[in-house]
Amino acid sequence: MSEALTFKPAAQLSDMLGRGALSSVELTQAVIDRCDAVDDKVGAFLYRDSEAALAAAKDSDERRHRGEALGPLDGIPVGLKDVICLKGQPLTCASKILERFISPYDATVTSRLKAAGAVLYGKLNMDEFAMGSSTENSGFLKTANPWNLTCIPGGSSGGSAAAVAAGELPLTLGSDTGGSIRQPAALCGVVGMKPTYGLVSRYGLSAYASSLDQIGPFARTVEDVAMILEVIAGHDSRDSTSWKTDIPNYRVQLREGKDSWTIGIPKEYFGEGLDPEVREAVEKAILFYEGRGATLKEISLPHTDLAVSVYYIIATAECSSNLARYDGIRYTSRAENPADGVDLYRKTRGENFGPEVKRRVILGTYVLSSGYYDAYYLRAQKVRTLIRNDFMSEFDAGVDVVLTPTSPTPAFKLGERTDDPLKMYLADIYTICTNLAGLPGISMNCGFNSNGLPIGLQLIGKPFGEADLLKVAHQFDASHDFNEATPEL
Amino acid sequence: MAEAPSNIDIDYVAGLARIHLTPEEKETFSVQLGDILHYFDKLNHVDVSGIEPTAHAFPAYNIWQEDVAEPAFAPGEALLNAPEQRQNQVVVPKVVEDA
Repeated sequence: MSEALTFKPAAQLSDMLGRGALSSVELTQAVIDRCDAVDDKVGAFLYRDSEAALAAAKDSDERRHRGEALGPLDGIPVGLKDVICLKGQPLTCASKILERFISPYDATVTSRLKAAGAVLYGKLNMDEFAMGSSTENSGFLKTANPWNLTCIPGGSSGGSAAAVAAGELPLTLGSDTGGSIRQPAALCGVVGMKPTYGLVSRYGLSAYASSLDQIGPFARTVEDVAMILEVIAGHDSRDSTSWKTDIPNYRVQLREGKDSWTIGIPKEYFGEGLDPEVREAVEKAILFYEGRGATLKEISLPHTDLAVSVYYIIATAECSSNLARYDGIRYTSRAENPADGVDLYRKTRGENFGPEVKRRVILGTYVLSSGYYDAYYLRAQKVRTLIRNDFMSEFDAGVDVVLTPTSPTPAFKLGERTDDPLKMYLADIYTICTNLAGLPGISMNCGFNSNGLPIGLQLIGKPFGEADLLKVAHQFDASHDFNEATPEL
Repeated sequence: MAEAPSNIDIDYVAGLARIHLTPEEKETFSVQLGDILHYFDKLNHVDVSGIEPTAHAFPAYNIWQEDVAEPAFAPGEALLNAPEQRQNQVVVPKVVEDA
């Protein structure tokens, strides 16, 4: 009973809570039991406070009994990637340098979820400081793909994706800088969305690359994503890049179908390196949309091939600056017996950062250093303009959404790419452009390969075009039952 | 534009980044970062003349806010995560030379 319950979409759970067919305490206990039963195998969580979650669930039930339920998320358990602040609980960013850090405040998304009555449960594993594509760069724990425990869950929000796939939580939040929500969603067979840059406040999100980072949800269905996005989106004066825009009722708008979409299919995303089974599943999805009356348009995004280079220059440059704050002075970990002040910085960072963080901070320092700034950083920012222009000119020419595979391959084996950072970077090749251009993107399951591993379909929308993007995604998601499949654990 | 080098003075850059590296890390990172810089070479073949750089996808300028005092952390909360503290202050190593 409890296992079946924790695999239900959040919208169904919300209806059950509303009808009195389920209490939040029952639901939260089922989630806790499920985590107790399977998380030794999956490794999605870095921290769980079951007592606090049950107390929040009890509050939710009491509100509901008084007729004061706060909305559809009231009483629903939600997990946070461990890069998002939750007051009084640890925030490690999966890094030893923050091993004993306790959040002194709530992120804006956290306070919005609390205000909506959500039961916050757990800090989820990730690549250290969100740098990685497999969650193997966590300083603490390996997370397994629930569909095959010898495979990676994707990254960097691997814990957030795996928790939903394993039926441990109905909803989680992650962050996406170059694909860190969409790629693990694809590899774990769940829905994951990166909103437009500026739609969701970054206040209380530990920064990796500030011009690219965006918080977004994981869920079992597109409808569930719409339900939580409504709560977390919207202007926040505490984030100066937060955009002033009206937030529509995304979930209600899903019902307002429209069949006359123009869907752009970029040829650059279907070339060399695309796994044949991934191609086949994505092409089936294209046929589905054609059958529903969509106009398919072959398009070209000619600068796609440059995106990985541009991303790893801009993101590492920004992270070298953002991570300068971890100097051994204010944040928990400090090296012993330094020779002097500078040695304290060097030793603290050398002892506590993992290899990928060191690599990226050093690379970012290099591309910003005197003599190389113009050759790398400035040039990458100019090519970023070209990548953005590629998308905008197609949207101007009538394309509503762009359809691509999310990842060139299904989940690869744990350990397969850890010694080859460049090969690992290429796992993000289909997701990076969206961040560089600031666009919204969503990944959902569109089938399984012959080894039973999920395959992700990505849709990319116009700036602040989340309502349309969700409608197009929902059309596919609601007509297929891929999201009902559950892994054996 | 000057051709970007495909190797990196790892001691110099790690020094700028304030990261202590072991000899093994220096060796591994030099090779890996060399490969990555070599991969970046493809950017040199793009014509970017006349193209404006993008720092943010949706540039927003001059975000003003009223200067209103709001409740802030009490000293105990602000110092919650300090490695070492004394008299409501973070303790740091001595950084000035003896006279």
